[in-house]
Amino acid sequence: MGDVLVRVPISEQDPKVRATNFEEVCLGYTEEEAVEEAGRCLNCKKPMCVGGCPVSINIPAFIEQVKERNFERAYEIISESSALPAVCGRVCPQESQCEGKCIRGIKGEAVAIGKLERFVADWARENGIKPKNTSTPNGHKVAVIGSGPSGLTAAGDLAKLGYDVTVFEALHEMGGVLVYGIPEFRLPKDKVVKAEVENVKALGVKFEKNVIIGRSITIDELMENEGFEAVFIGSGAGLPMFMHIPGEQANGVFSANEYLTRNNLMKAFKEGYDTPIARGKKVVVVGGGNVAMDAARTALRLGAEVHVVYRRSEAELPARAEEVHHAKEEGVIFDLLQNPVEILVNEEGSVRGCKIIKMELGEPDASGRRRPVEIPGSEYEIECDTVIMSLGTSPNPLISSTTVGLDTNKKGCLIATEQGATTKDAVFAGGDAVTGAATVILAMGAGKTAAAAIDEYFRNK
Amino acid sequence: MYPILKKEKLSDKIFLMVVKAPRVAAGCLPGQFIIVKIDEEGERIPLTICDYDRAEGTITIVFQTVGASTERMALLNEGDAFADFVGPLGQPSELCLEDELEETKKKSIVFIAGGVGTAPVYPQVKWLKEHGVKTTVIIGARSKDILFYEDEMREVADELYLATDDGSYGFHGNGCQQLQALVDSGKKYDHCVAIGPMIMMKFVCLLTKELGIPTVVSMNPIMVDGTGMCGACRLVVGDEVKFACVDGPEFDGHLVDFDQAMARAKQYKTEEGRALLKQQEGDTHHGGCGNCGGDK
Repeated sequence: MGDVLVRVPISEQDPKVRATNFEEVCLGYTEEEAVEEAGRCLNCKKPMCVGGCPVSINIPAFIEQVKERNFERAYEIISESSALPAVCGRVCPQESQCEGKCIRGIKGEAVAIGKLERFVADWARENGIKPKNTSTPNGHKVAVIGSGPSGLTAAGDLAKLGYDVTVFEALHEMGGVLVYGIPEFRLPKDKVVKAEVENVKALGVKFEKNVIIGRSITIDELMENEGFEAVFIGSGAGLPMFMHIPGEQANGVFSANEYLTRNNLMKAFKEGYDTPIARGKKVVVVGGGNVAMDAARTALRLGAEVHVVYRRSEAELPARAEEVHHAKEEGVIFDLLQNPVEILVNEEGSVRGCKIIKMELGEPDASGRRRPVEIPGSEYEIECDTVIMSLGTSPNPLISSTTVGLDTNKKGCLIATEQGATTKDAVFAGGDAVTGAATVILAMGAGKTAAAAIDEYFRNK
Repeated sequence: MYPILKKEKLSDKIFLMVVKAPRVAAGCLPGQFIIVKIDEEGERIPLTICDYDRAEGTITIVFQTVGASTERMALLNEGDAFADFVGPLGQPSELCLEDELEETKKKSIVFIAGGVGTAPVYPQVKWLKEHGVKTTVIIGARSKDILFYEDEMREVADELYLATDDGSYGFHGNGCQQLQALVDSGKKYDHCVAIGPMIMMKFVCLLTKELGIPTVVSMNPIMVDGTGMCGACRLVVGDEVKFACVDGPEFDGHLVDFDQAMARAKQYKTEEGRALLKQQEGDTHHGGCGNCGGDK
């Protein structure tokens, strides 16, 4: 037994090796390691970690079962609260949620709750354990729009309450941002995402792909013609934002969404797939969030020298610390306190470089972070052939513009109560469609809350 | 899966398919498009809807082989099926909206179709015919053997003019020259719809701007998801950046920055060509595209 203040280290692929492949970075705990790490949990009477979890997993209870080597029971406990534990164990920002609240973290390192969750979920999958649905059908039909984290969570919870749930997905694969956005090396698609979707199917949820709500069929038609009595909209974030600087239309300028979709969903990096990708020799990624890290690390794996250009300092990087750490280990270069002002274009209309200005931090702005201010005369040019814009997204107008009575706010996000009720009767919403781009787990939390609200709606009907 | 009920070779590289896709057929309108994906490895290919049959639940598509995925599509036959077929996407054509019908009826409308652009022109003309609106249609093509849909179009258009660059059929010249000739002969038009290759739409727009005829074009930029997520299909229209998949595909042709759009359309030419070469040459692929240096 090691030092109880220090967590059991997790094995990862060597940074030099993984920078050249799309295999998963983190290899996960072995049974022995998981049991040892679980032993560090103090099993607090008033567990702070649970309060930090947007889906309120009974963390001490499942860790207790890991300690006892009852991995199946541990999985059952997690499954009561989460439909996607293998996903959450990989992509949740645990350091600011469950682990951020862990008492162990005061004196030493917090218990590796995320890694333990991942271990339990992976163990269950490898041993063919599926979540169970013991409810009796209640005869009510609910439509869920979008098969991303919020949709899958809402669908799973509603199915467990006995509802007849159909999930509609616009793309050709289930999982939303989990398949098009998050790269294979952080979240394996076949092994993890497909398996989690199968688990939701095992609860009785039906799935229909290639259906665009608002185009293939409207929400009103779903309710009037197909017998759905309530709808949950988890359609995710929308159009990518650009900087509106000169040269932005040049060839070689991508939104992070396009770059990642070509790679993750369309598997452009893989031999045998038709979708092309501009690999780039020298790539500038603009932005500092998780999506920027994903784009940068993808470009690196496709063989490029990669610079992340971010206008604030390292302390303000919105990406998870672990992602930044991994990116640095792999060789991504961070150009901090800098911002592009122009994209330089060659005669063929392709990117040949980027004009960048240096920044300093001024007074805090509305977000509470110190506002970056340009340093006059500090512009310099960097040579590159690809620029990836990772500045966030603005809401997709498709559903709101085709549904009468569904109101949006000034930013174009759907208006919904804390419980997920929209301005239209029997229509609920959650995740990025309501909040704008956020994290997987927050979307799951919204899906969970909305599922409870939908159940409440039927009870009061 | 989405079964192919009918396949027809319209010319050397242009194919027509009727595909069973009930959800798309139930809700689509002229001007909208679909995205088709042949199988797991295929690309998402956006194609404008050429015709639809709500009762049968079918959609007609016409495509030209340009890259690896469309080459593979051309090899499919009746009885085969597409893995994915999604739509309708984009905004319906403004000419084909019931609310605007009275206004539309007052207009003298000319359509100019170039090459494979004949396919998306057809459902609009057909819709207008069904709603009592008369139209003039010009179909332009390089030569007679790549002209298609002549009979179908003749049935729905009030006047049909055919133009070939090489003079092998109809008017000797391109669609622009045919339009100029018609205007010179005293015909008056107050609305133009031009659909075809970007270069053709650009030249039509230059002419109609001079002639003072408002012109709508249907843009077909590179696209990935088609639902407003990836931003690949962005275009500059007037002073704004627009997304063809949600804001379009139809735009005011006099405001579209065609030069930029054409430059962007070439973006993947090398990669597309490479994927195609690889597929054609299979194991013998040696990097003849001059770029990839062959496969390891």
